[in-house]
Amino acid sequence: MMPLPYRVTGRRQETSDTATLILEPVRQPMAAARPGQFSMVYAFGVGEVPISVSGPPDADLVVHTLRAVGAVTRALHDARVGQVLGLRGPYGTDWGLPVPVGSDLVIVGGGIGLAPLRPAVYHALDQRARYRRVAVLIGARTPDDLLFTKEYDDWRAGGVEVGVTVDRADTTWAGRVGVVPDLITGLEFAPESTVALVCGPEVMMRFTARALLRRGVPPAAVRVSLERNMHCGTALCGHCQLGPLLLCRDGPVVGYDRAQPLTGVKEL
Amino acid sequence: MTATSYDLLAASAFLTGLSEGHLRQLSYTASRCVFRAGSRVFAEGGHADRFWLINAGRIDLDTHVPGRGDVVVETLGPGAVLGWSWLFPPYRWHFGAFAPQTTFAVSLDASGVRRLCERDPALGYQLTSRFVQVVVERLQATRMRLLDLYKVPS
Repeated sequence: MMPLPYRVTGRRQETSDTATLILEPVRQPMAAARPGQFSMVYAFGVGEVPISVSGPPDADLVVHTLRAVGAVTRALHDARVGQVLGLRGPYGTDWGLPVPVGSDLVIVGGGIGLAPLRPAVYHALDQRARYRRVAVLIGARTPDDLLFTKEYDDWRAGGVEVGVTVDRADTTWAGRVGVVPDLITGLEFAPESTVALVCGPEVMMRFTARALLRRGVPPAAVRVSLERNMHCGTALCGHCQLGPLLLCRDGPVVGYDRAQPLTGVKEL
Repeated sequence: MTATSYDLLAASAFLTGLSEGHLRQLSYTASRCVFRAGSRVFAEGGHADRFWLINAGRIDLDTHVPGRGDVVVETLGPGAVLGWSWLFPPYRWHFGAFAPQTTFAVSLDASGVRRLCERDPALGYQLTSRFVQVVVERLQATRMRLLDLYKVPS
């Protein structure tokens, strides 16, 4: 439960309110996180928040991408190179990679939700021959809110289909305008052998899951990353309870067959 | 071998389930078309005299906003239907349409299709049901955007 000290060795501003931090252990490292897992990240003197890992599995290096939305995430977002933060983890379930050979892999990220999916994209690139089709569908509010834009061409070059859409555009945007579930409509994949990984705001995941289910993807093959008020990370405090699930242990990644009945209950 | 208008209509997801006879009738009003990258398909307020089934490429629906230029409100890709203003008077386009990349489509003549529908209510019902489905999907997408999915909770 004690946070391990990690030093910020790199920082990249992704958007106006989102930054990626590269963290290296000062002494003892945590175990390498699997794609989809999260750490509890501590800004000393301010507080601790759960942040998903956004880099490749690596015991010597942890990468987190976070958006400044409150006091703690603002403090973490503003962390400078050389500053020491506390990390606990890795915690929770992962994306369940690799999925069976020959599967189609559909990765759908909305807004900051692309960050927990990036390790899955790296996995798909690394094991591209394992899968039939790999598609990464990305949605954001505006072009300025898109994450990791410099990597998209590399992903395409690695054999991954990348679809990008924004809700609102100005005249400088040459890409698609519309919501991210719309990208599923025109996508070619074999529904019965598709695994979909979805992360973003809960309402976006709900609409995306519906679009995937309409195309015939089985609910259990749609994996969503749920977020609640994670505190302890070890299923002791109960703050992150969602019905029968303690999301810090049983999540954040949950099959939509389990998530659907729970996310449909108001105030649960 | 070059696909005929009938072949293209038969392959369209939008018309899946339509009888061979109805497809045949529609094919008499249909022709293949290509929009070059950078070309305008139609302008906002123009006469809505046809609609298109997009086979490949991309069409942006746009509207002119003073001070901001032509703002894209939605993008349509392969499999999508472009245009429903031809269905109801005054038959004027509500938005403009622009091809940012080379786009292949099947064009259907609106007055011809309306005549077919008046003569054959079964075809009219089939087409109207499909267009209502398209309208509902676009309405749902618009509602999703109204939700501002990515807004930070206050």
